[in-house]
Amino acid sequence: MPAVSFQSVSKTFSTPKGPFQALDGVSLDIEEGEFFGLLGPNGAGKTTLISILAGLARASSGRVLVQGSDVQSDYAAARRKLGIVPQELVFDPFFNVREALRIQSGYFGVKNNDDWIDELLENLGLADKATSNMRQLSGGMKRRVLVAQALVHKPPIIVLDEPTAGVDVELRQTLWHFVARLNKQGHTVLLTTHYLEEAEALCNRIAMLKRGASGGRVVALSTTSELLQAASTNVLRFKTDDALPPALAAVARVTGRVVQLPAQQAEDIESHLATLRAAGVRVHDVEIRRADLEDVFLSVMAESRYPDPAAAPPPADGPEETAEGGVRL
Amino acid sequence: MTGWQTLFYKEVLRFWKVSFQTIAAPVLTAVLYLLIFGHVLEDHVKVYDRIGYTAFLVPGLVMMSLLQNAFANSSSSLIQSKIMGSLVFVLLTPLSHWGWFAAYVGSSIVRGLAVGLGVFVVTLAFARPEFAAPVWIAVFALLGAALLATLGLIAGLWADKFDQMAAFQNFVIVPMTFLSGVFYSIQSLPPFWQAVSHLNPFFYMIDGFRYGFFGQSDTSPWLSLAIVGSAWLAVSALAIHLLRTGYKIRN
Repeated sequence: MPAVSFQSVSKTFSTPKGPFQALDGVSLDIEEGEFFGLLGPNGAGKTTLISILAGLARASSGRVLVQGSDVQSDYAAARRKLGIVPQELVFDPFFNVREALRIQSGYFGVKNNDDWIDELLENLGLADKATSNMRQLSGGMKRRVLVAQALVHKPPIIVLDEPTAGVDVELRQTLWHFVARLNKQGHTVLLTTHYLEEAEALCNRIAMLKRGASGGRVVALSTTSELLQAASTNVLRFKTDDALPPALAAVARVTGRVVQLPAQQAEDIESHLATLRAAGVRVHDVEIRRADLEDVFLSVMAESRYPDPAAAPPPADGPEETAEGGVRL
Repeated sequence: MTGWQTLFYKEVLRFWKVSFQTIAAPVLTAVLYLLIFGHVLEDHVKVYDRIGYTAFLVPGLVMMSLLQNAFANSSSSLIQSKIMGSLVFVLLTPLSHWGWFAAYVGSSIVRGLAVGLGVFVVTLAFARPEFAAPVWIAVFALLGAALLATLGLIAGLWADKFDQMAAFQNFVIVPMTFLSGVFYSIQSLPPFWQAVSHLNPFFYMIDGFRYGFFGQSDTSPWLSLAIVGSAWLAVSALAIHLLRTGYKIRN
């Protein structure tokens, strides 16, 4: 039985401008013990999907099961198995850290939880903040408390919705060290993040969502290593102050002075360099590296196409999910 | 503690931590009403031909404070946590809609009774009302607090902004309480306004409550009980339905 099973989940919101479809038939299973990454650009529907899993929103169609418990019809059982770290930095200003954690334990009917609360405080570097009011904590500390609140009832499945957005390096390392340990102990982890290097380092399987004409859909679903292998590309990276020739500009990833060009094989690198030389572009700090998850992500986002209601191309044109849950990029 | 008991405890702790604002301030307001109106009207008004105005005013002020604070508790807690986002901590839990209802209404009853008791104790320095039928006092105090707490729960779910909540409180709750006979017996009103007052459910809460003190009221306490009890069941059914469907809290 999968830890989490999304089955043809669609979601349409009513807005003043009319209905807005956020998700379009998302199906994916997350197996027990996985460290699963859910990636996608803003607006792809990641948080909507998490909200439906958490019971904060209701699917318009389809269903979500948590270890076999339906998140709507059997919500109490489903929520007991989930520990959700929300994306927004929210807190209750009336309480201190220990009170907040005791209250959260109580909501789940967990009594005399101080030993586990102490362990959480220790592991998340919050031990000296236990009696501090939530209002007095820095943003990073509040984020740690959110993580602790999600874990007070020892849920088998931990969901982290962009937990490292805008937090410092120290917290990231503390958090990932702790979450990786929980994962090793058997907890299933579902992570959404914009930091692709984190996803590459931590997740053993990844789904990529992209917003199409009728809402967010899964455009890639595979193990991290398969995704990286499928890309099987290198990247020519250099710095320049000159304008790129149009042929290269079309495929380049440019960040300030840094230019990155995909190169499937050695000939591509030679060809790129020849084009640059011919155009008189002066380059320096040249290097060649293996494609990382960010390259794969950008490639998937650029290449995936959705059936357009007006002029639908054959589905095989875009990346498609295979029967095994993998993806053809 | 079970889940709903924890939410109940958390809600009580929430208002208790700011008790200067949530209990002491309304008690002071009520005492000021008593001092001013009592001073001006004590020698001019006798109610039911035998009761001094200040003594008559005490149960009305107690009930008014009790009702307004029961409403304020559930409504302000919900709107604050909705706007600040901290309601998510409760939304993520396995608590049922019954648990939510019991906790929010229960804690608001506690605040309403705490303020009502505070007003009563302080006003004892100025007037000694009778205790003709104490059971009616307890019944109407509880039922009135429950009704307003439930209305506060509905308003807290409905309102998206503090503005909307303030409008509900200032344009619905406050006028209905003030025009329910807190400061006067409706028998002193012209027939038309007497009839209008009978359409105000708040009138029955205060009239029944006052019966418990003086053994005399504008209408039968049994009729008041039937109307207030039915009103509470009706708004409770609505509140439970809104919680079950996740109205404005689960998208």
